[in-house]
Amino acid sequence: MTQSIQLETALTDRRHEWLAKLRELGRELWRDKAGLIGVVLMTALVLMALVAPWIAPHDPAEQDLTARLRPPVWYEKGTWDHVFGTDHLGRDVLSRAIHGARVSLLVGLLVVVLAGGFGVVMGLMAGYLGGRMDAFVMRWIDTQVAFPGLLLALIILAVIGPSLTTVVVVLSLNGWMVYGRMTRGAVLAVRQTPYVEAAEIVGCRWPRIIFRHILPNLTSPLLTLAILEFARIVLAEAALSFLGLGIQPPATSWGLDVAVGKNYMFMAWWLVTIPGTAIAITVLAINLVASWMRLISDPQEREKQFARHMTRRLRSKVGQRRKLSAGQEAIK
Amino acid sequence: MTPTEPTPPLVQVEDLSVYFDAGRAGFWGQERLKVHAVEGVNLEIRAGETLGLVGESGSGKSTTGRAILRRVPVSSGRIWFRGKEITHAGREEIRGLSRHMQLVFQDPYASLNPRLKIIDIVAEPLIVHGLVKNLHEAAAPVARLLARVGLPADAGARYPHAFSGGQRQRIGIARALALKPEFIVADEPVSALDVSIRAQVVNLLQDLQAEYDLAYLFIAHDLAVVRHISHRIAIMYAGKIVEIAGRDQIYDAPVHPYTEALLSAVPVPDPPVQRARRRIAYSGEAPDPLHPPVGCRFQSRCPLVSQQCREKTPPLAERQSGQWAACWNR
Repeated sequence: MTQSIQLETALTDRRHEWLAKLRELGRELWRDKAGLIGVVLMTALVLMALVAPWIAPHDPAEQDLTARLRPPVWYEKGTWDHVFGTDHLGRDVLSRAIHGARVSLLVGLLVVVLAGGFGVVMGLMAGYLGGRMDAFVMRWIDTQVAFPGLLLALIILAVIGPSLTTVVVVLSLNGWMVYGRMTRGAVLAVRQTPYVEAAEIVGCRWPRIIFRHILPNLTSPLLTLAILEFARIVLAEAALSFLGLGIQPPATSWGLDVAVGKNYMFMAWWLVTIPGTAIAITVLAINLVASWMRLISDPQEREKQFARHMTRRLRSKVGQRRKLSAGQEAIK
Repeated sequence: MTPTEPTPPLVQVEDLSVYFDAGRAGFWGQERLKVHAVEGVNLEIRAGETLGLVGESGSGKSTTGRAILRRVPVSSGRIWFRGKEITHAGREEIRGLSRHMQLVFQDPYASLNPRLKIIDIVAEPLIVHGLVKNLHEAAAPVARLLARVGLPADAGARYPHAFSGGQRQRIGIARALALKPEFIVADEPVSALDVSIRAQVVNLLQDLQAEYDLAYLFIAHDLAVVRHISHRIAIMYAGKIVEIAGRDQIYDAPVHPYTEALLSAVPVPDPPVQRARRRIAYSGEAPDPLHPPVGCRFQSRCPLVSQQCREKTPPLAERQSGQWAACWNR
């Protein structure tokens, strides 16, 4: 019975000390520098969006027609008042970029969660249950893919009227199919594996098989897809805003600023570049976080990472000792 | 084959056929193609008994095992388990059957979910059948199972990739045992393992059989292993059983020419004897499972083939007490 007690303690150790788990996660994050940069960037961006009104130097909607198209501070005509210059209406570019993070991150996150959630569930059911369910979901996807997405978005937005909620709903309606298709394909491959058959033979019902045995083994492709989609959604929101059916001024988003700024690209490059850079940094940060998450969600990768770290530490210790003994030799 | 013993067998299969749909042929798709995976198989397995099922690749061994577990649709025939017919069991009934019959897989690497810890894998049958409420309740029975199959004490907290092939197969056996079944289909359980590990796993299976009065359907193509573990052996060829007999009967006095050829391929670990033996090798090819021939399935390779073999399928007939073979000319 000592074995069962050992197992029990191992279980309690591993499962119920969330603090220890979190600490271990932090240590692993510290080891993976790329992931660390991603997490730091992402946290900074989210914080920036949360406290935007307090850190932005100006009201993003405040116009000053006497100070139109001011260049950034490092130009001769630039001033510290507008660090990244002003746009064609004299609004502060930095403040707009800080405020724009709110809408862009929110829309991107909500759409990825909504479209991803719905698409993945439909794909799982189509792939695992097969038959009529599969045919129904796949024909639905085919039909919707055949219909131009932007047109559908414009119709819905024109009828209901533009708002943040409608933009999220419309983009989700447009974006779930790609998750559905990819999940279905991956499920078809995974459901053939013996461990899924084993789960069936053991007597698992289908929801348990789908969510416990199939879905966890799809995390890496789905994470990758979600990140690509996030970047696309930020730009799609920009396109809708540009057409006047997305975010309505005075509110702002990165995409809207890029779209408006493109008219002045040759006179004032900073109008596109600053919000564009913000989008690029966000996507980069998410990519780094995602590749780290892919690693830690795979137990085998996680252990490999740990082993790599231990050998490196061991090697450096040996090196130090050698250096030390070499020094002692020299003293003698 | 009619049951002669007074107690009914644990598993009884009567005239089992399994055909797989293979699409259509012909310009207009007028011809329906069927893969004749298993045809007219009769067998029975008593409690505590091991029936070895031997045959070459594609002979329908695994399909037979999976049909008994009701994992593949049965085209015709009947299957009884513990005296109850399960040929037409519904989904929930099959789920209930999983408490009594289980499967041990061939590939110990692919049959364990890489994202679950060993305790999750072994506790899963207990949890889905409501025998324990959560992992904490499962810890004690799982630890007992892991100890019983000879795994280290801390195995439960680790992931499958930390284990060798033999250890993984033990985990698979522990999972199959968790529900205390009476019948286990072992689908080539040692063919993916190192030769040095095979004996250990086979001995474990034998020990467990003695302890829990388990019945095995032991599917294999390694004849030495089958001889070691089986009480009776059935030989399959192209979806049909060609011979079924007690272990020693079949090894000492095979009736069917295919059995003879199969056994002659097993080397004898005694060089002079081995050198003196004649290796029987028949030329010809196994029949196309889409278009099996009329008459005996072995006719294209059989040295004894006669006109009768090409016209009528030989029935499985009793030659000696307990030894049945399907051949016109023996």
